[in-house]
Amino acid sequence: MIRSLRRVAPQLMTLVVLAALVSWFFPSFLQIDMSDGRLVGPVIDILKRGAPVAILAVGMTLVVATGGIDLSVGTVMAITGAVAASALVSGWGVPVALILAVGAGMIAGLWNGCLVAVLGIQPIVATLILMTAGRGIAQLITEGRILTYSDTGFGFLGSGSILGIPVPALLWVLTGVLVALLMRRTALGLLVEAVGVNKRASALAGVNARGLIIVVYMASGLCAALAGIIATADIRGADANNAGLWLELDAILAVVIGGNSLLGGRFSIAASVLGAMIIQTIDTGILLAGFPSEYNLVIKAVLVLAILMIQSPHLASEWALIRMQIARRRAAREQEV
Amino acid sequence: MLLTIQSLTKTFPGTKALDGVNFDLSAGEVHALLGENGAGKSTLIKCLTGAYRRDEGEMHLDGRLISPTSTSEAQELGIGTVYQEVNLLPNLTVAQNLTFGREPRRFGLINSRAQKLAALEMLQGYGLDIDVGRDLSSYSVAIQQIIAIARAVAVSGKVLILDEPTASLDAAEVRMLFDVVRNLRDRGLGIVFVSHFLDQVFELTDRLTVLRNGQHVVTEQTAGLDRLQLIHHMLGRDLEAVEEQGHTGHAPIVERPAMLHFTGIGRAGVIEPFDLTVHEGEVIGFAGLLGSGRTESAELLFGLRRAQTGEARDQSGPISIETPQSAIAAGFGFAPEDRKTDGIVAELSIRENIILALQAQRGWARPLPRAEQDRLAADYIKRLDIRTSDAEKAIGDLSGGNQQKVVLARWLAMNPRFLILDEPTRGIDVGAHAEILKLIDRLTEDGMAVLIISSELDELVVAADRIIVVRDRRHVSELTGSAVTSDTIMQAIAAEDHAPAQEVAR
Repeated sequence: MIRSLRRVAPQLMTLVVLAALVSWFFPSFLQIDMSDGRLVGPVIDILKRGAPVAILAVGMTLVVATGGIDLSVGTVMAITGAVAASALVSGWGVPVALILAVGAGMIAGLWNGCLVAVLGIQPIVATLILMTAGRGIAQLITEGRILTYSDTGFGFLGSGSILGIPVPALLWVLTGVLVALLMRRTALGLLVEAVGVNKRASALAGVNARGLIIVVYMASGLCAALAGIIATADIRGADANNAGLWLELDAILAVVIGGNSLLGGRFSIAASVLGAMIIQTIDTGILLAGFPSEYNLVIKAVLVLAILMIQSPHLASEWALIRMQIARRRAAREQEV
Repeated sequence: MLLTIQSLTKTFPGTKALDGVNFDLSAGEVHALLGENGAGKSTLIKCLTGAYRRDEGEMHLDGRLISPTSTSEAQELGIGTVYQEVNLLPNLTVAQNLTFGREPRRFGLINSRAQKLAALEMLQGYGLDIDVGRDLSSYSVAIQQIIAIARAVAVSGKVLILDEPTASLDAAEVRMLFDVVRNLRDRGLGIVFVSHFLDQVFELTDRLTVLRNGQHVVTEQTAGLDRLQLIHHMLGRDLEAVEEQGHTGHAPIVERPAMLHFTGIGRAGVIEPFDLTVHEGEVIGFAGLLGSGRTESAELLFGLRRAQTGEARDQSGPISIETPQSAIAAGFGFAPEDRKTDGIVAELSIRENIILALQAQRGWARPLPRAEQDRLAADYIKRLDIRTSDAEKAIGDLSGGNQQKVVLARWLAMNPRFLILDEPTRGIDVGAHAEILKLIDRLTEDGMAVLIISSELDELVVAADRIIVVRDRRHVSELTGSAVTSDTIMQAIAAEDHAPAQEVAR
């Protein structure tokens, strides 16, 4: 417990600093009210809006832990959203829509996993294929239109709330907790990390590296399906062109801000979802702080750069060196005196 | 002397890669640098070419003390290197490669006509008739090799280091390359030739130097040595004293029940089909030079490479050795030669490395309880005397010998019936070396069979009940009982083709 807290300490501290920063520009940032039996406030809004990236980050963390990367998750969101929406429009009901969407996500993951693990294509290239082709598939499903539906039961997944908390927020917390438990209460976490650090040695020790790699891409596809369902439920329609657009990059960024190495190995799902919340806090915070909208992306970039610089192991050793030099110079000066 | 190296020493954490090595090279000679993997050849070359900084010792070129800090500085000093995998840019033309970094310019732009002329001039005397305007990649590796040599000679021009230049060439190409090398020797260059092919060493070189375990063993006129003596120098007899204490006293093999039968296991281009019967509690040794097929044989037995022919059986019927997983299920274990890339999972802890194979076999859904993991780790740290402050330390932080013990512990935790150890004592200090040999002895008392692959003949003599000699990708002979001595093994390794030394294995 203490060990996992120490692992996520940098991310928690970053969140605290960001919250303080935003509060300085927008004093009621941390204020939470009750209205219509729902909690409302900027923080609740962040928890809700950050859901797709947080859920994507859960799957992405596993893929990254094996030394891979999944660029297709944004597109898979569009595909699964389109599948769910067209199932609803066809009147097949919510359970069928959910099953089809989740199935589509896992098939997408299976495709990626096979390209990487069986054919040995580099992950960035293998998933790029679906990243580009997938929007076409989604457009074929929606027949090029924005597919809208009017099922309030499905919409609940995007805009409903339980005990006042938005459903998407509950979903990402639940996904994160379940996947983290699955990884740490079984041996999956260890085996994934072993494959990520040294695939050859792991395979030689009898680890089914190929199977594990396929599984993590399928998990990523599954997470993308969940995110796609939330996005579709939220806007009550499927937009093949814009659903999940560029979110794969936010998901990767969340994993990186979470302190997970893109080279694979040790991973922390908690840190990744905190990374997703950091990104969402920046996004929402910039809007609340009232900067002209054209500044948003630049400010975001600067903040992200600052966060990553603080985490950089290179810089850490540089700083240690600089500090030592200053100390030495001071000592030399004192000797002269 | 063109180049003299005196008491060169280079230490890496845990090992002394070079220990007071002397080496000299005169102008107009081809000097072979020989030794098994880990002998220190590449460290010596890297110190010479500026890739490593030496810890101690002196290097003089033309009487001047040199300390190159980068390969480009070494090149300017006159030391050029050509590696097995050609270090040129395949997507540029031959002319661009030859003049790279020193392109003839006119008005600040590259003068491509002058570039081609310069390239043609550089290639003169190499017997190549090629179009320097074509991409380097359109030519064979042999020609690329010669182009690399031409470039190295033109840039550096005093010392030329050829590191395994013939590894991927066929016989005709080797002859072509050798003509070029002889020609350069006659022009007064000093050439260092690194190769595992002893025939080529005898054919091409004037003198040779043998390194072993980071130490200089001998420097001799090539013509003054025969094959047997050379192999003797390369493989050494460090454990002579141990050997004299007598054989470890295993019971004769006939008394022990056979456990595993491998028949006709082979793969084209890797190893010719071979038979092997493994008895309970037996230690089998694979002897042979690097590249002879000894490691490849073991890889087929463990499913690391798939055998094209042959089958494996135990008393109860056929067993699958198609993948490491199936071999492990059949009770096999394999501690690989290259510990860093194939053995350890560096970032993970000692505990996690020890339980990895066991956990993989149990499957992901049945995690080994943490208490059990801790018990296993503590148990093996104690039993194998793994020197560490904590089982949670990353294995990458341990010394080579301790890493090897952790890899051994990983397999012992599985309680295998057949354990393959590829170079189990490479790169580890003498103390750990003896401990691991003792451990092997203990294990076989409980009925486990062990297969050891080693370059150190004396180690094989001490540990193994019988030795299978592998040469030129074939199992050529088998030595048992009193026939197992360093000398007989060496003779079997050195025997010419078509003249089987002892009884042939199959």
